[in-house]
Amino acid sequence: MVETASEAIASAEQATALLAIHNLHVQTAEREILKGIHLTIRPGEIHAIMGPNGSGKSTLAHVLAGNPGFTVTVGSVFFNGNDLLAMAIEERARAGLFVAFQYPPEIPGVNNMQYLRTAVNTVRKSRGQSELSAAEFLSRVRTILKELGMPEEMVRRSLNEGFSGGEKKKNEILQMAMLEPRLMVLDEIDSGLDVDALELVARCALRVFEDKRSERSLVVITHYSRILRYIKPQYVHVLADGKIVESGGIAVAERIEEKGYG
Amino acid sequence: MVDATVAELGGGYKYGFVTDIESETLPAGLTEETIRKISALKDEPEFLLEWRLRAFRAWQQMKEPHWAEVTYPPIDYQSISYFSRPKKKLKSLEEADPKLLETFNRLGIPLTEQKFLANVEGAEVNSRPLTPVAVDAVFDSVSVVTTYRETLAKLGIIFCSFSEAVREHPELVREYLGSVVPIRDNFFSALNSAVFSDGSFVYVPPGVRCPMELSTYFRINSANTGQFERTLIIADKGSYVSYLEGCTAPQRDENQLHAAVVELIALEGAHIKYSTVQNWYPGDAEGRGGIYNFVTKRGLCKGAYSRISWTQVETGSAITWKYPSCILKGDHSRGEFYSVAFTGNYQQADTGTKMIHLGRNTRSTIISKGISAGHGRNTYRGLVRIAQSAENARNYTRCDSLILGDRAAAHTYPVIDAKNPRAQVEHEATTSKVSDTQLYFLRQRGLSEEDAVHLVVNGFCKEVFRELPMEFAVEAQKLLEISLEDANG
Ligand SMILES: Nc1ncnc2c1ncn2[C@@H]1O[C@H](COP(=O)(O)OP(=O)(O)OP(=O)(O)O)[C@@H](O)[C@H]1O
Ligand SMILES: [Mg+2]
Repeated sequence: MVETASEAIASAEQATALLAIHNLHVQTAEREILKGIHLTIRPGEIHAIMGPNGSGKSTLAHVLAGNPGFTVTVGSVFFNGNDLLAMAIEERARAGLFVAFQYPPEIPGVNNMQYLRTAVNTVRKSRGQSELSAAEFLSRVRTILKELGMPEEMVRRSLNEGFSGGEKKKNEILQMAMLEPRLMVLDEIDSGLDVDALELVARCALRVFEDKRSERSLVVITHYSRILRYIKPQYVHVLADGKIVESGGIAVAERIEEKGYG
Repeated sequence: MVDATVAELGGGYKYGFVTDIESETLPAGLTEETIRKISALKDEPEFLLEWRLRAFRAWQQMKEPHWAEVTYPPIDYQSISYFSRPKKKLKSLEEADPKLLETFNRLGIPLTEQKFLANVEGAEVNSRPLTPVAVDAVFDSVSVVTTYRETLAKLGIIFCSFSEAVREHPELVREYLGSVVPIRDNFFSALNSAVFSDGSFVYVPPGVRCPMELSTYFRINSANTGQFERTLIIADKGSYVSYLEGCTAPQRDENQLHAAVVELIALEGAHIKYSTVQNWYPGDAEGRGGIYNFVTKRGLCKGAYSRISWTQVETGSAITWKYPSCILKGDHSRGEFYSVAFTGNYQQADTGTKMIHLGRNTRSTIISKGISAGHGRNTYRGLVRIAQSAENARNYTRCDSLILGDRAAAHTYPVIDAKNPRAQVEHEATTSKVSDTQLYFLRQRGLSEEDAVHLVVNGFCKEVFRELPMEFAVEAQKLLEISLEDANG
């Protein structure tokens, strides 16, 4: 088989990267939203993705998670050497992909704590780890609740039901910290958080990352550079109209904050 | 939590086995002679035979109702046998046919008394104490055993089979039988009144709080036999009783008829909590077989401050036609109805309640959760009637439907008839699909699609499940999960 130069690079990246996105085209409702994304993320890296409203940032996160509402027309995504696009939603999650959603849904009647325990133990089992005992689970949850400044009462309620915007975001990070993922994609985790909450959430996410820096990566989708003061990215990408139009260091984020996308 | 139980239980209707036991069964057909025979076989007093015959004559004048949102081929009432019982008579449990004992064992129904666990430390599940359950086990037409009777008798509580109550406490039976569901109430109640075979009887004396769950377990075994049981519960002044009812039947290609009548009477300040987990054979994925479940259940809140709570989880039967209701006669009395009705494959359920407010300051609450999957049809039918005399009456109704897939259907027919202008009636209704967004979210956190559906559906039913006694809540949840798996034929 004859490989083009770009395919050769892509396959080399697939082997070493945690996430390797190659020429990704995505459409929904007959409309192309992502128009050829290339992005490589190695273990231990932090990336930020910025870009105007509607440019496709959340779409990218959803495609990684496997949202059936989007169709990949061209391109490939490899996660830890495996073809991510061939995996079911839950397989991706069990393999260590976590997406903190911009708009987490409410699920009435489903107890937050019971749900989380089921999820954590399902994921642990799939990874060959032992299930957490009720006591161990509770003690871990409590530690994270403290880190996030969440009252314990939150986990006794129905999942996200009646949670404020900020509470939902904190709850996403609680789940993330408990699920111990390898790639963490935070889609506008900072929107809806007050300044103090933002610091707690950012520090908690960073702590999870630092716990196993050699294996984990963080992707922060945001409109503001404030969160990037706590979670310092090595790379900042700008997404516009479905393409990455610029990649650079933290300076890119500072410029955008000051001058906009103009 | 969820996947372990499902894997253990496996899919399919697991109560579908038949017990090969010798029984004496009346030949098919229904005439006055049949009724005389049933009554004679049971050694009944004259008043009861008279009552049955009156019911039979009434029934002959009546027509099978067809207003419900269910369709089925005509029932041939002459092709059914109206009485069947295991041949060997029981004096004690030790004499029982081992096959019979094994049947109840396989169904997980303890026919022997367990040690009291209530006050043993650690005997708790989710912080709700585990209490022993006294069981009345009904096999086809007869009650085979009733446990814990002595313990209960010390408190003056009568818990026995209906037949025994007729012998031992005829005055109570005579006073209350048919007092809440009169013979002519409807076609099926008239039929039941004519041919009923056995069932449970409970009387709780004034001021007594029954210390354990009382439960009846109904099992249809014989083919071509209808089951017509009769339950009567009387809670005297200031007493409390929680009663559970469970049912299963073998898997057969023919439909079988089950037409029960349950009457509850709560005197002043009494509270009766009646819970049902109905898991009659639902028929197969093509809609063959299954039980026709035409049941009349009604409670009378006779005294002031009395209270009757119905909780039902209906997952079985090919057809369910059932409206557990409350007549709120006593001032300040309360009626409650909590229901989860599940229909999968070709199951049809038309169920709901009637709350009849007669007394002053009466309150009623209706929480109905209908779930339809596969080709299932699920109808809520409710009536809230507030009489002119019911000063200050209040009702709250919530009726939610959840639809899985594109072929299932849900209907709601809530009727409000308020004759008193100061009545406060609140009604809320929702219909939703299990949302793709919710399932996607849960799967993103590592749950399988199946577990995600279970979680959402269980969440939907939460308000009803928490009204059930602990052991039943667990069973109900498992049942629902199995039903969900088998629902999409
Ligand atoms: N289901 C859908 N049907 C039609 N269009 C869609 C659908 N989902 C997303 N889009 C469109 O795709 C584009 C990208 O949306 P996306 O949510 O990815 O933007 P975003 O960069 O995350 O924006 P924001 O900064 O506002 O969160 C938008 O124009 C949006 O309207
Ligand atoms: Mg977005």
